[in-house]
Amino acid sequence: MKRVWLILFLLSAGMVTHAKTWYVGNHQFYKTISAAVQAAANGDTIFVEAGLYHEKNLVLNKKIVLKGIGLPVLDGENKYEIISVKANGVIVDGFTIMHSGVSSMEDIAGIKIYDCREVVIENNKLDDTFFGIYSQHGTNCTIRNNQLKAYKEEEQQSGNGIHCWKSDSMRIIGNTITGHRDGIYFEFVTNSIIWRNTSFKNIRYGLHFMFSQNDTYVTNIFRDNGAGVSVMYSHSVKMFNNYFEENWGDGAYGLLLKEITDSYIGGNHFDKNTTGIHMEGANRIQMERNTFESNGWAMQIQASCMDIVVTRNNFIGNTFDVATNSSLVLNTFNNNYWDKYEGYDLDNDKIGDVPYRPVSLYSMIVEKNPPAMMLFRSFITSLMDKTEKVLPGITPENLKDEHPMMKRLN
Amino acid sequence: MKKIIKYVMTDILRNRIVLLYTASLFIISFSMFSLEDNNSKGLLSLLNIILIFVPLVSIIFSTIYVYNSAEFIELLVSQPLKRKTIWLSLFTGLASSLSLSFIIGAGIPVIIYQANTIGFMMIGMGILLSIIFVAIAMLAAVKTRDKAKGIGVAILLWLYFSLLFDGLILFLLFQFADYPLEKPMIVVTALNPVDLGRIMILLHMDVSAMMGYTGAIFKDFFGTYTGMIFSFGIMLLWIAVPVWFSTRKFNRKDL
Repeated sequence: MKRVWLILFLLSAGMVTHAKTWYVGNHQFYKTISAAVQAAANGDTIFVEAGLYHEKNLVLNKKIVLKGIGLPVLDGENKYEIISVKANGVIVDGFTIMHSGVSSMEDIAGIKIYDCREVVIENNKLDDTFFGIYSQHGTNCTIRNNQLKAYKEEEQQSGNGIHCWKSDSMRIIGNTITGHRDGIYFEFVTNSIIWRNTSFKNIRYGLHFMFSQNDTYVTNIFRDNGAGVSVMYSHSVKMFNNYFEENWGDGAYGLLLKEITDSYIGGNHFDKNTTGIHMEGANRIQMERNTFESNGWAMQIQASCMDIVVTRNNFIGNTFDVATNSSLVLNTFNNNYWDKYEGYDLDNDKIGDVPYRPVSLYSMIVEKNPPAMMLFRSFITSLMDKTEKVLPGITPENLKDEHPMMKRLN
Repeated sequence: MKKIIKYVMTDILRNRIVLLYTASLFIISFSMFSLEDNNSKGLLSLLNIILIFVPLVSIIFSTIYVYNSAEFIELLVSQPLKRKTIWLSLFTGLASSLSLSFIIGAGIPVIIYQANTIGFMMIGMGILLSIIFVAIAMLAAVKTRDKAKGIGVAILLWLYFSLLFDGLILFLLFQFADYPLEKPMIVVTALNPVDLGRIMILLHMDVSAMMGYTGAIFKDFFGTYTGMIFSFGIMLLWIAVPVWFSTRKFNRKDL
């Protein structure tokens, strides 16, 4: 047994000594990165000194560590895909990647991962790329601390910031994305985490999910995107402590849930959106400890939703708390704090004694007849709301919080 | 003219009702801001005051005042003064004193608690609504000779502007729900100064909700400079037209 360990040790020691370090720079032997990559072997490290490099399309087809010193610039001259990763375990660290090509036929990216495992893309600055970082069949890859910025004005000319397609176990951490079509785009991506990213002022969505199961996103900030965040046709998605802010406009939602099942939404903040959450065909969703503040509509639940449980959320300063399009209610509201609640608490258990009905008559009217928005906050509508609260006739009878909280929840 | 305005103003400002009006506005606005835990709810309550209470007091007080000063007006008419001057100074005196009590009563708390665009917009709209309803009241008072009838007409007018008009709009909206009504609605708002004032304030207060489809049309129109100028112009028309009609009527009236 000892002999086996010894052989193993010698073998691994041998591997360490084999790994070489290469330098690329104006004053080094290798002036271009591609030449150094060609010379390098699996497990080698290439350091790239600061400077401007026109590599055309740099293909990394060996397991190497490519590390920039002082953010060397790789320029794609508006023609090429800048870095193509085609080997497992590649690390790309510390580059400025500029001016990738734009194409309506191919998905040209700043950095593209082709069918690889354990690739790490970190600390890069991507400026004016079509797609930013693109993972195609990537597995167990990490995309961390990158800054992506694009400048196109129209959806057709712009690609997504971080785009993952048919990938698994991805870690998207601490990136900042702005100006792209979708900030982060997931399609057929499973078992992945999106953590501490900031996605703002993108043309379409800050985050766009399609057919992606068992993913989690935590503590991200999605601000002022064209249409907010959209999660569609997925199940088992978990969202914790994210911030959805200032997504303004008709058809812009803090969070749009469409055909989502078995998911959990907890501890998120929805601030100043036209619509905080819009749900269509969403089933079996737990919503807990979220805060909805200063939204036009905090929540729009269409009648196609079922078994949504909304508990212990704060609703503060929203124009409308909940809107729906039918009197059919298959969802549960309980123990939320509503700042519009006007009930009392005789037994002092901090839970209101009369139920709260978050859907106002006027919100139903506006849902049916949008120009009625003109009468918003007028005497007649508040009069109608008050009468409706006493004698519910049009608003859904069962949509109520039986145990509303008297004080804001922390 | 100055002398008459001065006389009317001192007469009104000494009036107990106006003092009470100022004091109650002051107390209500202060308590609204200090009772609610967030200022936006205080603003919302204040909005209702501006849209309902201020027009009501303005219109009823002015009507009664015009009837009560009938003898004083007759006295002035017997003097070598133009009737137009008498009527306009009466209007100026009433309007400026009621605006003044609004500024003192509601303006000061708003400036203390909410000195931003919403606050200033509210004060501006409150002043404009005060003046508009003085003008409407004077028109109502000059048109009807009987005091009781005149006050009744004033109350009905207030009811119409703050409640019935909106009810009518809601009815029309549902009758013509199949048609695109967003743009005609902008024109319809101009027919009611209370609605116009409300929308001007809401555009600053409920920005998030106003960014929805219909709201966005209002925002695109009233939120721009031309829209602002348009709506202020309409508000001024709401002052000028009743004043002009009532002056004409007063000129020809057999007192």
